[in-house]
Amino acid sequence: MSRISVLLARETALAWGRGGGALVSVGFYAGVATLLPLAIGPEAERLAAVASGAAWVALALASLLSLERLFERDYEDGALDLLTLSPLPLELTCAIKCLGQWIATGAPLALAAPVAAIALGASPALAPLIFACALAGGLAFAFVGGIGAALSLGARRGGLLTAVIVLPLFAPPVIFGGGALDAFAGGLPWHAGFALLGAYAAAAVALGPLAMAAACRNALS
Amino acid sequence: MITALNLRGVGVSRGGRRLFSDLSLSLAAGQACALTGANGTGKTTLLRAIAGLVALDAGEVAFAGAQIDEARAGGLHLLGHLDGLKPARTAREELSFWSRWQGGSAAQATDAAAALELGPLLDLEVRRLSAGQRRRLALARLLAAPRPLWLLDEPLSPLDAGWRTRFGAMMQTHLAGGGMILAAVHDPLPIAALSLEIAG
Repeated sequence: MSRISVLLARETALAWGRGGGALVSVGFYAGVATLLPLAIGPEAERLAAVASGAAWVALALASLLSLERLFERDYEDGALDLLTLSPLPLELTCAIKCLGQWIATGAPLALAAPVAAIALGASPALAPLIFACALAGGLAFAFVGGIGAALSLGARRGGLLTAVIVLPLFAPPVIFGGGALDAFAGGLPWHAGFALLGAYAAAAVALGPLAMAAACRNALS
Repeated sequence: MITALNLRGVGVSRGGRRLFSDLSLSLAAGQACALTGANGTGKTTLLRAIAGLVALDAGEVAFAGAQIDEARAGGLHLLGHLDGLKPARTAREELSFWSRWQGGSAAQATDAAAALELGPLLDLEVRRLSAGQRRRLALARLLAAPRPLWLLDEPLSPLDAGWRTRFGAMMQTHLAGGGMILAAVHDPLPIAALSLEIAG
């Protein structure tokens, strides 16, 4: 247990500090939300129609920001070797790294998401659902993103490669979450979309670490 | 507890090139071995192969007294020229994390810091340390979590003469307690050691 807690504390601190950490992600997020009305026009009606969807897509992009360094730094400075030589299975170590990433960047983004959506004109009644979707979606983004980060280890321009690998995998949670928000706003049943989002996040948490550990072992050998 | 390291006919290739083949070594508790060879012959790779990070082409690595996975998970220290220390974190944060990660206690971490005279450096960020100080911080990890087999890659190179001698004494103490050391070196080790040369 002590290993898990010290690693989680380290990973959260590193993710928080990585390139400005949470502040950069939240700032990027606020930037996208601010630029959007400038691009599509200030009519409140038109903005309100896309508010929740836009907030949701911006969230997916913002969570990509610090992802590329998730494994890369430990790989470059030799820490990944020492993390591997441990009684903890590498799969669990990878899962804890993603969890740290989620705590340090996913949770602040989830707090910012309802604010951004309401600022764009979404109904305040949507806020709790946006927050819940952003939390579950953020978990999926962190664990799926970790796969991309691990697979691009050792590649030049790894960040670009990570984005190319990961963006298609971000499509299902974006669709499920966006669908749930749309349905809620239209007074339709929204539980199915939210349940699918949760299922996707659960699958990412369960299966992602297997892929990450295999990719890390491959990069180290 | 590992009581011996046995290499039998070990061979490794990297990127389609045969680095070395048919290396054998038998290292018992209390023994050290200096691993020599020209640049690029595969000393680092051999250490990583023993730790299980690099796959073998041929031969076998075996540890007496422990299952191979168990030995690699908790029985050996690997000290490479990449030391895994994060420049933005303080020496204290790094030492205490690695000590607990590798199964040591807070008291052992404190003792290790004292043995390597890291006291005044502990609150500095790792990026502020000189190469020799940084190496001493990496060496402190060996003492902060006792493990029987030390795999060291050029452990002495950034150290000054005084610290080379003192680290020699620490290696001697480790061996006297039943430990084993395999060190890739260009200069002779300051302790009595077997030798294994990788031919280029």
